[in-house]
Amino acid sequence: MSDIVRRDPRKEWIARNRLHPEHFAVLAELGGEGASPSEWIGPSGLIRRNPRAVGFIGPNGIKRIDRSGGQRGAQAAQGRRSQAGPTRRSVAIEEPAFLIAVVPDLAGGRLSSHDRDLLGLARQLADADPERPGAVLALTFGSHKETAFGDAGIDRLMAFDEAIFDGYAPEARLAALQAVERELAPRHWLLPDSSLGGGELGRRLAVRLGERAATQVWQVEADAEAPSGWRCTARASAGANDLRRPLPRVALALAECAEPVSETHHAARPLTLSQPLPEAFTRIEDGGAVAVDPAGVALAEAEFILSAGNGVRDWDAYHHAARTLGATEGASRVAVDDGFMPRDRQVGATGTWVTARVYVAVGISGAIQHLQGIQRCDKVVAINLDPGCDMIKRADLAVIGDAGAILEALVARVERERQGAEEQRDVA
Amino acid sequence: MSHDTTKQASGGLDVAVLVSVGRHPLTARARRADHDARAVELALGLEAARVRLIHAGRNDPDSEAALRDYLGMGFASLTRIDQPAGADVLPALLEALREAAPQLLFTGSRAETGEGSGLLPYLLGEALGWPVVTGIAAVESVEGGTATLLQALPRGQRRRLRVRLPALISVDEAGPAPRQSAYGPARRGTLSAETRPAETDDALAGWTLEPARARPKRLKIVKASSARERFKAAAAKAEGGGGQVLTDVTPEQGAEAIFTLLKEEGVLRH
Ligand SMILES: Cc1cc2nc3c(=O)[nH]c(=O)nc-3n(C[C@H](O)[C@H](O)[C@H](O)COP(=O)(O)OP(=O)(O)OC[C@H]3O[C@@H](n4cnc5c(N)ncnc54)[C@H](O)[C@@H]3O)c2cc1C
Repeated sequence: MSDIVRRDPRKEWIARNRLHPEHFAVLAELGGEGASPSEWIGPSGLIRRNPRAVGFIGPNGIKRIDRSGGQRGAQAAQGRRSQAGPTRRSVAIEEPAFLIAVVPDLAGGRLSSHDRDLLGLARQLADADPERPGAVLALTFGSHKETAFGDAGIDRLMAFDEAIFDGYAPEARLAALQAVERELAPRHWLLPDSSLGGGELGRRLAVRLGERAATQVWQVEADAEAPSGWRCTARASAGANDLRRPLPRVALALAECAEPVSETHHAARPLTLSQPLPEAFTRIEDGGAVAVDPAGVALAEAEFILSAGNGVRDWDAYHHAARTLGATEGASRVAVDDGFMPRDRQVGATGTWVTARVYVAVGISGAIQHLQGIQRCDKVVAINLDPGCDMIKRADLAVIGDAGAILEALVARVERERQGAEEQRDVA
Repeated sequence: MSHDTTKQASGGLDVAVLVSVGRHPLTARARRADHDARAVELALGLEAARVRLIHAGRNDPDSEAALRDYLGMGFASLTRIDQPAGADVLPALLEALREAAPQLLFTGSRAETGEGSGLLPYLLGEALGWPVVTGIAAVESVEGGTATLLQALPRGQRRRLRVRLPALISVDEAGPAPRQSAYGPARRGTLSAETRPAETDDALAGWTLEPARARPKRLKIVKASSARERFKAAAAKAEGGGGQVLTDVTPEQGAEAIFTLLKEEGVLRH
């Protein structure tokens, strides 16, 4: 629906003439169901308002007036709403003039914000010339849980999900990228410059393709003089300098190198290579994750923290639970001040700011100084007696009850699971 | 403990470490580069290894002082391949490494001066035809032409890798903390100069290198179509929550719910 207002003088005249036989029909047509438009264009071209017709009746029967412009009177709303809503414009690029290849990290199986920024940059390169749009091709390795590839701006999706790509497999992944290069020859390769993901794979790829990659790129601008039409600014000398150079074919970009895609939805159409991948010759073998002692992991780095507060009574049981769960120990200030936990385990404003993916707060009330320290945690679980405390408000899962009993049950549950797994192994 | 290049450990391992001149992030003074020093420390931890240090670069007083910092970690000598400023050190290093033929080559992950792109280890590995492994925190063993290594993952996790020798190992912040440089050995050690053909890095000379600009802060763009949505976006943090609260459950039911969440997040290891 276009925003251009089309006027029909005859209908407007009928709408003004209350005695006209078609008056109500025309009113309804002009003003939707409400039949009393709050705004219309008068005979002299001025906007006329009926203040009583403004607003709408809210869900609980109270008249609401929304002056943001999202809702205009009782009418027009339906027509406009669907357009102004959060739905994204769908874009399908059938015949791309070229490809921009992106290899997202998919850390934890989902597109990270770094990946999304990079895809935004890829879109910038692909959409620069509306006459000849390019397509963004994303290559994923291993299994993942991501479902919204289209919203991130991906037109074509190629998944390498065979087992050989799992774990640390730089050689197999490089061979796959080379096969893509041979078959599709993307105009640019973009990878996130992250230490063990794209940063490594991208450098390997650049060296294999004989391209001098731009690394730590944080800005890309159009530049008519550069051979690729783009110029980039990259951090150099361990962050002390900036290097400005034409954008090469392979670029490794930092987070926030561009705005992520937010207005369009792309097709993310699956794509496969026409030829099977050649057998990669591997000299690096992944021996799997090594069990590290969670107690030795720095608190700020720990992935899974079991944190104890003033609500913990039985400290031996708590330590036993942390060992069984394989969690790193943390504490509130009260637990530290009372001498139950060492000072280096304190979480919060005057302790350590933690980044755990899962933070279990046992008997911690959630004082603001403590909550500050866990701002960057993903999932917070609270075990507490008091359903009204602030930690419960922060928590993704809260269990109300005695900490000692719940920890004991949790330990029993985990041990039962382990025994079950062991028995299965014995049977097999 | 002296890791002399002349001392021949019988049947020992030949190891080379590439070292560069670093730059202190605050004072901008020349010093040993942090990642390279960690690589040296890792090499020093190997048993029965002959470790030699190789540096390619300019010959000036500043870099000499920095290179002596490496000697102070327990070395009698360091090979310095003299290269003019602005040279591409890759060809000279390749030539030196082909002659020295170490079984393990350690490097830092990227230089602290110049372009510092971190491409050098991969370029060397590709040219020599050796596998490259990155982010190594420890060498567990070297036996029968295979090295067993521990690679550092985020969050203090480790992964075991086995790699065929000869191999190139690059070391970053996760490497072992380097030992202090002792003043006496640093003074006494010798820097033996080697001359090799130099190639200028023409591409780099054509680009602009300038002090880093502060990156613009990303603005929080709120795309809301109504006042209610805008208000919600502005007051986002205050609301928070929306989490599940389990009241009046037995400890077992509560434990089950927590257990399910821990499983879903994949933090329970077996
Ligand atoms: C300048 C300043 C800096 C500070 N910095 C920090 C900081 O960095 N980190 C920090 O943690 N604190 C800090 N504090 C202290 C902070 O204000 C709180 O006092 C502290 O966090 C409270 O600790 P708590 O939650 O363990 O104890 P409490 O507030 O006593 O909470 C105990 C909780 O356990 C529950 N509970 C009791 N018994 C049981 C049971 N059997 N089972 C289950 N739940 C039970 C209670 O319902 C309660 O919610 C700071 C304070 C100041 C003034």
